[in-house]
Amino acid sequence: MKVPLDLESVDGLVIPGGESTTLSLLIDSFDLRQPLINFGKDHPVMGTCAGLIMMAKDVPDERVNPLGFLNICVDRNAYGRQIESSTEMVKYHFNSNTEIEFATTLIRAPKISEMGDDIQVIGEFKGSPVAVISGHHLGLSFHPELDDIDLFHQILFDPSSNVYTKNLNQIYAT
Amino acid sequence: MSKGTFEVKVGLAEMLKGGVIMDVTNAEQAKIAEDAGACAVMALERIPADIRKDGGISRMSDPDMIRGIQAQVSIPVMAKCRIGHFAEAQVLETLEIDFIDESEVLTPADEHNHIWKHDYKAPFVCGCRNLGEALRRIAEGAAMIRTKGEAGSGNIVEAVRHMRTVMTEIKRVTRLGQDELVAEAKNLGAPLSLVQQVAKLGKLPVPNFAAGGIATPADASLMMQLGAESVFVGSGIFKSDDPSNRAKAVVEATTHYKDAKRVAAASSGLKKAMKGLDMSEIPIEERLQERGW
Repeated sequence: MKVPLDLESVDGLVIPGGESTTLSLLIDSFDLRQPLINFGKDHPVMGTCAGLIMMAKDVPDERVNPLGFLNICVDRNAYGRQIESSTEMVKYHFNSNTEIEFATTLIRAPKISEMGDDIQVIGEFKGSPVAVISGHHLGLSFHPELDDIDLFHQILFDPSSNVYTKNLNQIYAT
Repeated sequence: MSKGTFEVKVGLAEMLKGGVIMDVTNAEQAKIAEDAGACAVMALERIPADIRKDGGISRMSDPDMIRGIQAQVSIPVMAKCRIGHFAEAQVLETLEIDFIDESEVLTPADEHNHIWKHDYKAPFVCGCRNLGEALRRIAEGAAMIRTKGEAGSGNIVEAVRHMRTVMTEIKRVTRLGQDELVAEAKNLGAPLSLVQQVAKLGKLPVPNFAAGGIATPADASLMMQLGAESVFVGSGIFKSDDPSNRAKAVVEATTHYKDAKRVAAASSGLKKAMKGLDMSEIPIEERLQERGW
């Protein structure tokens, strides 16, 4: 979506990867900030990588003004420049019974440095959360689409998928 | 864990789609580019228009200049090495450059071979004029392809020619049967496996960007509508009379490339674009696009 009118024809939103400085600038220069904030109040919104940065409440970088959907603080490019970008095996846990491990690609990825009590962590890498959810807002440090993972899309956008009760290891045998 | 895989390299190229990558020669220009909404900058000592004018040998940039730009901006920083100059590429990787452009804009170091790019953790972008050239570069490990166009000319005609050629050749490949692809690969001068992949995908297996001669917001829109997934703007911004406004206008036109009203608004009130050169003013032996094999 590129203009506020586009929001009227969608049920949910994925804020994708890219550069958060660019996203932040264009959100303001194309008058999208308030329409996005209003949309996010009662619609599911998922942010991946730069999208996660835009989902945050706090980003300690004056070049980026986030939308504030998730009560977290995010550091940009905290995992290093491109030559540090990598694919890692990360374990995800959606409830006490379900844990699943799969390949996760981090590209110049942001790191969640602080978070509020209302945030549920569903994936951690090297001691830092890389997947967090709060109500109908989901934030990921990585790019599920690069590894053909649609689990997070199901969780957020398809309530009938019963992701929380399925035996995920059978579905996503890696 | 795996760093520097082909998938991780293409991953960054994917994230640059829909954006504008701008040539900059110092930290001040880099800041103007970032503030205008560039999704990456290309650090180089002289912009192509000046390289063309000044002559002499054009080489990889001074590491101190590159570091100065890296310190200034948070977006990815790209830099150019000479065709076949793998030692320059090694130096750029040591500097933690986010994307290396093995570029015809610099003076070639090897007139037969390009760099074997699979050996590097840093991703590479390379220029092409046709599908065969694009697939040879991908075979060597390029994670992003761009048209060559004619750098420093301010003239879009060559970028259009190269993008049209690549797109037409892709369409042709998708219509061929398996039994015809071997001869097609021979004619293209490209590996069969990649030709088969293009036949299946209907597009290049890596992102396909436009470069070489983009000077106005409408030029950016034109290239996006012809199938480019992002645009590089070299001399077009910092050779114009108001770089900051022109940079913002090119970003807006690239984002809203299908919306002619937005492109019109972005094109309004700008000062003069770079003067530019007609192709008849550039002798064939001085055309940068002829470099590369």
